[in-house]
Amino acid sequence: MSNAILELLNPLCVVVDGNFNSSTSVITAIGEKLFTQGYVKDTFIQAAIERELVLPTGLPLAGGINAAIPHTEIEHVIKPGLGMAILKDSINFQNMVSPTDSVAVNLVFLLALDKPKAQIEMLQEVASVLQDPQLVSNLVSQETAEGVINCFKNSKK
Amino acid sequence: MERPKRILVACGTAIATSTVVAKGIEEALKERGIKITTRQCKASEVKSLVSDADLVVTTTPVPSDLGVPVIQTLAFLTGIGREAVIEEIIEKLKE
Repeated sequence: MSNAILELLNPLCVVVDGNFNSSTSVITAIGEKLFTQGYVKDTFIQAAIERELVLPTGLPLAGGINAAIPHTEIEHVIKPGLGMAILKDSINFQNMVSPTDSVAVNLVFLLALDKPKAQIEMLQEVASVLQDPQLVSNLVSQETAEGVINCFKNSKK
Repeated sequence: MERPKRILVACGTAIATSTVVAKGIEEALKERGIKITTRQCKASEVKSLVSDADLVVTTTPVPSDLGVPVIQTLAFLTGIGREAVIEEIIEKLKE
């Protein structure tokens, strides 16, 4: 069970049907959900986009389906939350540790963190999701937010 | 008694990935009986904080002329190469 993820992941902030052409458009789509649901300020989306350009968050994963975890400074966040996007067609993000390399991403977690070093359980759960190729594969095959939530509910960790 | 080695853990904002990395390093080295302390910072702060550190572990690029060993790794986030990186951290701390 991914309890900390489930506590912070609002189904209304899960994007499964988007049609995107850039990492910026993905962050915007999830960010708008977080904003509408009251998790972030109106400055969050632009801040997350700008941060992604300078300090990208693409992560190549063991199973070959890759992820990105965009986030930004705490001052743009109202309360902690988590947004997600499942990308049927991969979108390129830049590699966190090697920003000149592109990573084709199908799974995005947009993190809204309101304190330094807080939400550590959620962050650790996100990392353990990323380290579970079967769960990543299940997540990216989901076509509804409920399906995504159920993947976390049914995961063993 | 030898003082615990100090590891500066850097990422972009010092709130998300460095939290996971610091926790991962602390747990892995504790299991091996190695005493360390970690401090989190932004990549842009590394230069000003490095004088208090024995090693820098970072998920984002940092300057190369820091005067202490630097390990750039995503292993604590993705799991890829985790054991090798833990060994590398232990080796660098012996230097």
